Amino acid sequence: MTGAAETAGAYDAAVVGGGIHGCTLALFLARGGMRVALLERGSLCREASGTNAGTLTMHMTRAALIPYALRGHEMWATAADWLGHDLGTVVCPGLSLAFTEAEAEMLRLRADKRREAGAPIEIVSPARAKQVEPGLSDTPILAAYCEIDGFASAYLTGLAFRAALLEAGVAVMEHAPAVGIERGDTGFTVLRADGPPLRARRLALTGGVWLEDMAAWLGLALPIKVLVNQLSVTERLAPVMRTVLGISSGLLSLKQFENGTVVIGGGWQGMGDRERGGVSVLPESLIGNLRLACHAVPALRDARLVRAWVGLEAETADALPVAGAVPGVPEAYLCGSVHSGYTSGPYIARLLAERILGHEGALPLFPLERLLGEQEAAAGLARVS
Amino acid sequence: MTGDADLAVIGAGPAGMRAAVTADALGLKAVLLDEAEAPGGQVYRALPPALGPANGQGEEEPDQQRGDGLRAQLAASGAEVRLGRRVWSVLKEAGPGEETRFRIDALGPAGPETLRARALLAATGASERTQPFPGWTLPGVTGLAAATILLKSQRVLPGRRTVVAGAGPLLLLVAAKILKAGGSVPAVIDLAGRRDWLASLPAMAGRPDLLVRGLAWQAALRRAGVPLLYRHGVLQALGGESLERVAVGPLDAEGRPLKGAPARSFEADALAIGHGLTPAIEISRLLGAQHVFERAKGGWVAKTDADGRASLPGLYVAGDGAGIRGAAAAEIQGALAALAAGRDLGALTEAEQSRRAGPLRRAHRRAARFGGAMARLMAARPAGLEAVPAETVVCRCEDVTRAEIETALGQGAADINQLKHFTRCGMGPCQGRMCGEAVAELLALRLGGRAAVGLWTARTPIRPMPLDLVLGDFDYADIPIPPPAPI
Repeated sequence: MTGAAETAGAYDAAVVGGGIHGCTLALFLARGGMRVALLERGSLCREASGTNAGTLTMHMTRAALIPYALRGHEMWATAADWLGHDLGTVVCPGLSLAFTEAEAEMLRLRADKRREAGAPIEIVSPARAKQVEPGLSDTPILAAYCEIDGFASAYLTGLAFRAALLEAGVAVMEHAPAVGIERGDTGFTVLRADGPPLRARRLALTGGVWLEDMAAWLGLALPIKVLVNQLSVTERLAPVMRTVLGISSGLLSLKQFENGTVVIGGGWQGMGDRERGGVSVLPESLIGNLRLACHAVPALRDARLVRAWVGLEAETADALPVAGAVPGVPEAYLCGSVHSGYTSGPYIARLLAERILGHEGALPLFPLERLLGEQEAAAGLARVS
Repeated sequence: MTGDADLAVIGAGPAGMRAAVTADALGLKAVLLDEAEAPGGQVYRALPPALGPANGQGEEEPDQQRGDGLRAQLAASGAEVRLGRRVWSVLKEAGPGEETRFRIDALGPAGPETLRARALLAATGASERTQPFPGWTLPGVTGLAAATILLKSQRVLPGRRTVVAGAGPLLLLVAAKILKAGGSVPAVIDLAGRRDWLASLPAMAGRPDLLVRGLAWQAALRRAGVPLLYRHGVLQALGGESLERVAVGPLDAEGRPLKGAPARSFEADALAIGHGLTPAIEISRLLGAQHVFERAKGGWVAKTDADGRASLPGLYVAGDGAGIRGAAAAEIQGALAALAAGRDLGALTEAEQSRRAGPLRRAHRRAARFGGAMARLMAARPAGLEAVPAETVVCRCEDVTRAEIETALGQGAADINQLKHFTRCGMGPCQGRMCGEAVAELLALRLGGRAAVGLWTARTPIRPMPLDLVLGDFDYADIPIPPPAPI
């Protein structure tokens, strides 16, 4: 390597974006022997990674992601072992419900596709669903059952990863916004808003919704759609349910945490954008989401809602992740923007870490090429799907 | 009930009532919302009809009389008053054409309702600040302002023997009212020293009526032989199932317990304790307006101009919610904010606005001088929190102790939101209204000031929302379920 003086003090890898992808990637690179810096403009895991509903589910995972989600689920369930810290993961059965004939049709179709991809999903009768989940109302006409769903406490993700990263020797830099990248002969310089530039031989951009802005630093046009998902939580309640519930369209997620609170989500849209973040919860969206929740679990009607919020979710043109090398820029990588990717996130980032460390992963990555250059074609694909 | 307004006013205390009356006189359609069943807020609170003088239940207090006058003006005005409305959401949305407008969602007697308005005035008053101490979660311990509400609205005593403790003018008011209602007060424990009260005398001289009232309360306490302990604080509330004793001791000027000083204790079944008021800023925070921390105003306040215009166009704040300055100043601020809104909405010319606002601004400066002196008496003395023992619960909704907060700081929590995620502190039903000030001060001791600590992210609903009320009756087919997620 030339320019020893230039690379003195440089990191082996700089990871920009401290969500689940960035944290997992930084962790496994450091454990692989690299000197790693992780930069995050706010606190670790405080955007999509920390504000989502925490659902670990095959029912809401895209069929193409099922093999990744199965392995990701395993990682969530065993976090105490590989991460060394508890993520509050609960493994429990998951049900996806249908209340109308049209929904039942969609349920069968989607369960088939996910089963073909490897998810242990079976169609069950309403009576069987009610045995699994006594909190259910009598309104579902059909259900899909998966025995290995579950949930984690998303708000605890940052605490757990932070400790693990520090133990692995990662230079964790929170409240350290990056504003650009300079490419040199021997690596990259991360330009920062209020700190000295940071040099590294490798660069991984893991900015979720903000990956579009980050990709532009490398001259790439990578359109990322922003979903503004609403979530809400009740006060602590006596047990009202014991599974993870959803509906066939994906517009409901419902689970009760150990402390008694019930988190209600499903991707109903609020106000916000990439520039301002989440701005407002929309009352119609919230009420629609809550009505759906109470339609599924009537006992929720007696609860009080304590808090509602919006979090941004990223979606590429084909709603599949970005995870791979940047074409034409050696040693630069992008990772993230997974639609419904909480379950599979840690596994996809770990795959990329293995690739960077020179190992062959068990599953293929998600190369960027499909999303670059031929963006019109990609948009067409999204319209069809 | 749904309909549009020129100016929506949230909070029917002195500021909100005056603003609604003023806006109506300018020809604006003003809608005033409040969660209570009668306008008045906390200070100008109306007695429930069953307890009013018409029923021979005792004389009216000066604050009630002042409130009755304003209530009469409000009733005579064209302003629409919507009571029993729990506002749970405010947001700014695109209106017809270029303009934006405010959308306010409330739960009312007839269910959910939505109000849209061209301008919004938040006149939401204050919340009580309580510094935690061992035993503060025992039944029998109540807020000082809460005791005021009990006494004023229902003529109910907090207990048979009530120790009254904390800071500010409410101490004397509550103690005197308890005595008058036949209760007993073993002691009044004041965080402020005699010198602090003397220092506020010049400002109080501007309101001889209130000064006289304060002296009368003091005289009543002396006659009843109630010990008034200055520069003292509650060290511990003791008891089994409920409060039995209150241990108190002397403090230094910053509020720290004096080491080695003898503690005294008083038998009591109630302790009314409050450490001042802090502005209720939920609305301006939800709307994303800029805020600044001003200890002399009670804490974080929306950044405004002299007339109450917030950083967000169309949003105004007035009253204690804009900074603790008392009821008289609040009323004037309400008028000023309504004039500013009137000017911004085109209901009066700039010349007319400044002609009318001039004398009001001068009157406000006088009133705020008195209110500011009272606010200083009850300003937070965060050094007192250094003495909170490790095992004492700070966030009572989520049972988070001082030790857990310190642990989270050690784990790298660098602001109040990160602390929330690490500990659940502030995530319970009160959403931090009860513990927020104490938690922020505890963090400030370690992080170097309140600005560094920041503010908890504002969240909807503004108050816990019973699902049954907000959902109403519905058919599944009527739920507007968005298109399905991709498979």
